[in-house]
Amino acid sequence: MTTKLMGQKVQRVEDQRFLRGNGRYVDDVAVEGGTLHAAVLRSPHAHARILDIDVEAVLDLEGVHAVFTWDDLASCTPQMAEPLPLLIPHPALTHGRTQYALAKDEVNYVGEAIAFVVADDRYIAEDAVGRIRVDYEFLPPVVGIDAARAATSLVHDDVPGNIGARLEQNVGDAPAAIAQAPHRLELDLTVERSACMPMEGRGTVARWDPDLNRLQLWTSTQSSTGVRAAVAVKMGLDLGQVDVITPDVGGGFGVKINHPWPEELLVPMAAKALGRTVKFTEDRREHFISSAHERGQVQHIEVGFDDDGRLLGLDVEFWHDHGAYTPYGLIVPIITSTQLLGPYKPQNYKVVFESLYTNTVIVTPYRGAGRPQGCYAMERTMDAIAAYLGKDRAEVRAVNFIQPDEFPYDQGLIFQDGRELEYDSGDYPAMLEKTKALVGWDEFPAFKAEMAAQGRQVGIGLACYVEGTGVGPYEGAHVHIETSGKVKVATGLTTQGQGHATVFAQLVADELGVKFEDVEVVTGDTRRMPYAVGTFASRAAVMSGSAIHLAAKRAKEKALKIAAEALEADEKDLQIVDGVVSVKGSPGTSIDLGTVSVLSNPLRYAFDEASKAATQFSVGDPGKPPVPEDDEPGLEGKDFYSPERATFASGMHAVIVETDPETAEITILKYAVVHDCGHLINPMIVEGQIHGGVAQGVGGALYERMAYDESGQLLNASFMDFLMPYVTEVPDGIDIDHLETPSPLNPLGIKGAGEAGVIPSAAVFAAAIEDAEGTLHPGMGITAMPISPSELYALRQSHDGKNS
Amino acid sequence: MEELHDVRLSVNGHTHEIRVPARRLLSDALRHDLRLTGTHVGCEHGVCGACTILVDGAPTRACLMFAVSAQGSEITTVEGLTRPDGSLGPVQQAFMECHGLQCGFCTPGFLTTITAGLRDNPTPTHDEARDMVAGNLCRCTGYQNIVKAVERAAEIAGEEAAS
Amino acid sequence: MKPAPFAYRRPGTIAEAVEALAGEPNAKVLAGGQSLVPLLSMRLAAPATLVDINGIPGLDTITVLPESENGGGVRVGALARHAAVLASDDVRRVQPLVPLALSHVAHATIRNRGTTVGSLVHADAAAEMPVVLSLLGGSVEVEGPAGRRTIPASELYVGPLESSLHHDEIAVSAFFPALAPGAGVAFEEIARRHGDYALVGAAALVDGAPGDGQSVKVGYLSVSDVPTVVDLSGVADDELGEAALAQLDPAEDIHASAAYRAQLVRVLTARVVRSARVFRQAQRPEEL
Repeated sequence: MTTKLMGQKVQRVEDQRFLRGNGRYVDDVAVEGGTLHAAVLRSPHAHARILDIDVEAVLDLEGVHAVFTWDDLASCTPQMAEPLPLLIPHPALTHGRTQYALAKDEVNYVGEAIAFVVADDRYIAEDAVGRIRVDYEFLPPVVGIDAARAATSLVHDDVPGNIGARLEQNVGDAPAAIAQAPHRLELDLTVERSACMPMEGRGTVARWDPDLNRLQLWTSTQSSTGVRAAVAVKMGLDLGQVDVITPDVGGGFGVKINHPWPEELLVPMAAKALGRTVKFTEDRREHFISSAHERGQVQHIEVGFDDDGRLLGLDVEFWHDHGAYTPYGLIVPIITSTQLLGPYKPQNYKVVFESLYTNTVIVTPYRGAGRPQGCYAMERTMDAIAAYLGKDRAEVRAVNFIQPDEFPYDQGLIFQDGRELEYDSGDYPAMLEKTKALVGWDEFPAFKAEMAAQGRQVGIGLACYVEGTGVGPYEGAHVHIETSGKVKVATGLTTQGQGHATVFAQLVADELGVKFEDVEVVTGDTRRMPYAVGTFASRAAVMSGSAIHLAAKRAKEKALKIAAEALEADEKDLQIVDGVVSVKGSPGTSIDLGTVSVLSNPLRYAFDEASKAATQFSVGDPGKPPVPEDDEPGLEGKDFYSPERATFASGMHAVIVETDPETAEITILKYAVVHDCGHLINPMIVEGQIHGGVAQGVGGALYERMAYDESGQLLNASFMDFLMPYVTEVPDGIDIDHLETPSPLNPLGIKGAGEAGVIPSAAVFAAAIEDAEGTLHPGMGITAMPISPSELYALRQSHDGKNS
Repeated sequence: MEELHDVRLSVNGHTHEIRVPARRLLSDALRHDLRLTGTHVGCEHGVCGACTILVDGAPTRACLMFAVSAQGSEITTVEGLTRPDGSLGPVQQAFMECHGLQCGFCTPGFLTTITAGLRDNPTPTHDEARDMVAGNLCRCTGYQNIVKAVERAAEIAGEEAAS
Repeated sequence: MKPAPFAYRRPGTIAEAVEALAGEPNAKVLAGGQSLVPLLSMRLAAPATLVDINGIPGLDTITVLPESENGGGVRVGALARHAAVLASDDVRRVQPLVPLALSHVAHATIRNRGTTVGSLVHADAAAEMPVVLSLLGGSVEVEGPAGRRTIPASELYVGPLESSLHHDEIAVSAFFPALAPGAGVAFEEIARRHGDYALVGAAALVDGAPGDGQSVKVGYLSVSDVPTVVDLSGVADDELGEAALAQLDPAEDIHASAAYRAQLVRVLTARVVRSARVFRQAQRPEEL
């Protein structure tokens, strides 16, 4: 019997291509001569009315083919001149606004697209962009949450208070419970903006085929079916006229789930208008100022608790900076407000948020998608309770855990998918024990004392989270066994480095009984699987993995049925091993899947030796139709997976840091992760996801921020000044341990793993730094993240000043 | 009309003649004129290292050179790291074994940098292995497996040299 | 992020290069290009002509000068790459501060192409080499239509990213004086990320036997608009930082407040002076 591949550290099949330089990213498509290149004129001002756009100087520039402004959009279709879609409407989003593909009358952030130039190459296109003259009437910019709340100026004239949405959820009566609680605390916390910052920016290539009257679009997206639908609607095409292909994607981390970007509409529009292939490849500066950011929130927390630190009531109010527009609705703040609860039972919970407009880049999900902020609020609260009661921080957490016998556990809230927030499985006490052991929690006080004796400050932090993964509505899969015996698998969601071609092939090989190397997986190509949602919310393995498993099962059922007939055996007695169907116990009686595939498709015409076996004078019962009424030709299986609700992964991180008493530099000494994503399909890939998440978390906690000035200029829109970690900034080694509590919601018992590594970072670093600083600056709280040495130094100065 | 220059580029042992404006970045010339799209462009200001190639053996940012300045130099891109028989070189093999890549976009720059690094220092210590990749950004892997791959590549190359 | 168009000249001699510069008021020299090309690609600079000196033979030399010439030292040619200077045993022997500082210049890949002389005349006060040249009292030799002249470091840096070279002059080499037998040096910097421009960096040069008569000078990068050297001779050990700050006015930017920079000046001043003394002592065991 072949070894099961599920759970094995199988090496990735896609690596061969990448390692040879044969990856195919969107800018690698259509490198032949004749492709035209686009550049975009972007607003240099955060808030202004556009009085006039003069493109005269561009038109006579050699090599320029076209320049488009908003005035030109309606010539494509009326809807092209309408605002971009609001992808996820919500009743609470009473004042949702989206931008136009090219600005009409007003710009609301530095970077907003104003004009679109198509030229022979990108160099000339940029020359042309530099020649366009725009007259602006400046409007007061609203930058930052404080300015948005003050609402002295408005981002949009018709949005009072700059409030796009206000949403409140209640479980029990938190204010009353807090009022009656033996102990009460209040916390005010902030988190700044960061961004996904994939190494490959956005990019789109479009080719209009006038002979077939079809559009072919390559785009670096996390939702090819979403782009396809949006492009078809905006360009007035039938869905069947539009093919969207997502080639290799150089990282997404969330930013590429938003769609359609203006360029995803402008590129095909120009390709159709000009009859030429058109390419837009975003450069790094553009990615900073015209894609999306995330994380910026201000939080106010009130909590009531008993002598053991048990929560009695939790009342959270927060303000979420969503930037200039709301194309992705309220997903991020809804996730913060619900996932904040983590593994705990708050008893009574009230949460209310306001989602606010500012004259800055839009905010859409970034890996974690609001969970890091929620985890930060909850875990800082746990630390504050422990400090107040003088208790061990792990103990306070433990008394609040949902217990293993309490699943499914309904938190009583509505989650981001409109479904109930009901946890399916988990074992938080066991996880805490593993985490404490892994990081050396109980041994730490002795180490800390030893360091303190040397004048060194070290601290430890712990943070726990629960993550709803694998949200619906659905994913689908198609499994096709060719007459060669090779298995072709297609699923519609896209891949940005998660190794889908490997893990999905593992699942198919296991279920179908074929060799791993005979399975080929295609993702994100609407020609192969037109029904799909996208890659976000740690859902690919859960959703497409389950769908692929089900589709493979169907293909197997059909294969066994045909083989049973051919071998004159009972289906129940058959097995498939390495692509060969045989009768259990008599291996001589067998037929390979390629031949089964031949037999599955009754033929009139033979075209090779194999197909002869399926022609009309060779097979079939003359008394029956060649294809039975309840069947169809071909050895294929297709299925969809659509779960009732999300499945809930969980994890705990612990970190030990050292802070320099003189320079306030922060050094990571140890980083430990315990993670539960149910059954692991490929532990190598899961650990890789955790490594990447932790590194992004280090960036978000200690290095990365979007430095806007008061006028709305982003001062650090380059890799020189936006400080993504190099190897020298990440821990040298990350200790990982797994817990596997399978999900009862899907056939494989799996949960998502992609985002987890980044969720607890702000919380765990704040805790560890606060603990370290306690040596020389007792009582100094860390309430704003990220934190730089300069800020830590300032904090010490003001804390010591107050206390001296 | 912008002046064009005839440039002869020697890449991975092959000579190519192209006609480009002086401002054509070497990264664009490799990708779009020679269609060697394995060299990737991540920032175009010399920080990320995705476009790192070897110029006369030395790791160099292709986005910080003009094609016209590269005349007369011997250039190696990621496409040139695969062995003549089509098999993967030691650094490529090690990346595969150690899961040193995810989306693959930054990978070519790491592979060229490490290839030169191990040539100059075939038996790096752990700290030297980390230092070897300290000028390249990766957003996916958190670098853990990249460092392992440096160490594994040194092992593979050492075993090959011994056999 | 593509450069604006420019005319390209690739002279074969320095004289031709000077001629090319003189003929075009808006021309720039391209040597390593590691600072210039990003500025061009971001269109923060758009020279009409680029004079690429990479084809001029003989400019990549690193030469040790005997004591008879300027008291001895190393002369680094305009095309000597940082990596070559850093790897040079001669440089390390004659003036160890140069490699100490060079190892902090960006990342290895940038050092493979970037030139030391180019970095000196780029005149970035956040860069390592201008401070080293200033602290050591080195100089840059330049050639223009009127011939060659030597600009001492003290006259080279006139403002932010501004040197005293005329637009039609080319820096052909830099001279770093040798470390005197009784002297010691040290370099340290603190950056956000390894390889970034320093938040503050300091280089120290101590000369003479320990005690009040010892000359103590410290140069700072990323503190002022221009590389700044402060004389701390005779200052008590525990007052070094404050004495330095009395002559400095640290600035604020998005990475560090002025107060934090001042703190780093205090910390680094003490550290580099201590290290320079240890360095000196290590070479003179007979004093112990």
